[in-house]
Amino acid sequence: MPRIVFIESNSRREVLATTGISLMEVARQNQIEGILAQCGGACACATCHVYIGQQWMDKLPAKEDMEQGMLENAWEPKDNSRLSCQIMVSEALDGLEVTVPERQG
Amino acid sequence: MIENIIVIGAGQAGAQAVDTLRREGFKGRLILVGDEAQLPYQRPPLSKKFLADEMTEDRLVFRHQAFYDEHRIELHLSTAVTGIDPATKTVTCTRAVSIGESSIRESLKYDRLLLCLGATSRLLTCPGAQLAGIHYLRNLADASSIRKHIKPGARAVIIGGGYIGLETAATFRKMGCEITVLEMADRVMNRVAAPSVSQYFADSHASHGVKIICNSRVVQIEGLNHVERVLCADGSIHDADFVIVGVGAMAASSLANAAGLNCDNGIVVDEFCRTSDPNIYAAGDCTNHPSLHYARRIRLESVDNAVEQAKTAALNMLGREVRHDRVPWFWSDQFDNKLLIAGLSEGYDQLILRGDPAQHVFSVCYLKKRALIAIEAVNQPKDYMAARRLIADRTPLNAAKIPDTHILLKEAI
Repeated sequence: MPRIVFIESNSRREVLATTGISLMEVARQNQIEGILAQCGGACACATCHVYIGQQWMDKLPAKEDMEQGMLENAWEPKDNSRLSCQIMVSEALDGLEVTVPERQG
Repeated sequence: MIENIIVIGAGQAGAQAVDTLRREGFKGRLILVGDEAQLPYQRPPLSKKFLADEMTEDRLVFRHQAFYDEHRIELHLSTAVTGIDPATKTVTCTRAVSIGESSIRESLKYDRLLLCLGATSRLLTCPGAQLAGIHYLRNLADASSIRKHIKPGARAVIIGGGYIGLETAATFRKMGCEITVLEMADRVMNRVAAPSVSQYFADSHASHGVKIICNSRVVQIEGLNHVERVLCADGSIHDADFVIVGVGAMAASSLANAAGLNCDNGIVVDEFCRTSDPNIYAAGDCTNHPSLHYARRIRLESVDNAVEQAKTAALNMLGREVRHDRVPWFWSDQFDNKLLIAGLSEGYDQLILRGDPAQHVFSVCYLKKRALIAIEAVNQPKDYMAARRLIADRTPLNAAKIPDTHILLKEAI
């Protein structure tokens, strides 16, 4: 099981993730409070916005237009912004660092 | 002193409410009552990924049992509430138990009660409406039984060309079924979208081989024991192996009504989610609530509204003074197209098309006194996200600049 590190309000939490589900679902299972995911993973609300550790950006599949468009108007987007519902967890992501923004939307 | 809170209805709103109550420090006894057997789960995928077998039941669930145990949330599942007595602050219910098909009656005391009763499908009333093979889609059991019919070549007639009808049509079609959609109005999604959006989605369905027939009123369904064909007022006959009915929903307010609460197209609540009884609150699809933004009463069938009203109700039950004040938003996935809607279009004085439907990316903007009040964005997330802010802020826009897609919507001022 890959380990995922969530950084929220300056505290780090490492969780063991199930593969084959989205990063958003891993966050929800582990009660990461700052990931709201209101639409449940339909790429329709941008409330599962996260910042990905820089060294991981090129290891993730590229953003589709829908995700990119959502992110541009999310709360404080950066070049390492992603929607966690669009990232499927696999063994290759072992050690992934994910920072949760101060707020969503 | 509030020691006992009961939440009735374990859908999106109910699940959110118990979560918020514990997160905000409620330490007393907390009970969530739901009539289905499953842990609280999300419903939007039922017409999409779950129906298409792309998502398992386990992934629909909001929280696993461990969450409810850890936070001392008592789940009373498979439990139907039979009555609410506001005078004695008692809820009576029957819990189904699998052994011998018997049931257990119980009565529960509350200090505060939250009703998250949701909505129920509007039923077909024509002759033959009771035949086997006719389905509605509101819950997991419905979706699971519909899924059994899906096989390449199976003929489905879908009555109603709204969200449910068109989303299931797209899902079935992708799985190889032959689909006919019968819509009573002169266009699909006529209650929720502009004519250009309706046309775009109708064309998209047609290009995938879905047959949509508008101005089509169903008068009878025929079959020996099981549905075989659907008859329309114009004399047309449509053969069917199964039928899906998606002709709208009504607030599930009968329990509230029987308890003497003020109901009128839903349980009437104020902006604090309070009903006419000081100890009872309500949230989600079942409520008739004030929209502060639009200055009128509304009832919504919406995930965002369920979540946000549930949070508001939870906070107010704990004595905070929090108003529910949201710009509504909705979405629909059909084939490769995503429709994103923000705001409510009623009362607009200008309708402006932005972008080109032929390019598969466009938005319809509704203005009232120069301010954006609603948007329907097709495959256009930037406009949609910008619009949510513009609507909330009532920013005056320059209508002449809106059609120019070289200008960002938020800069069309």
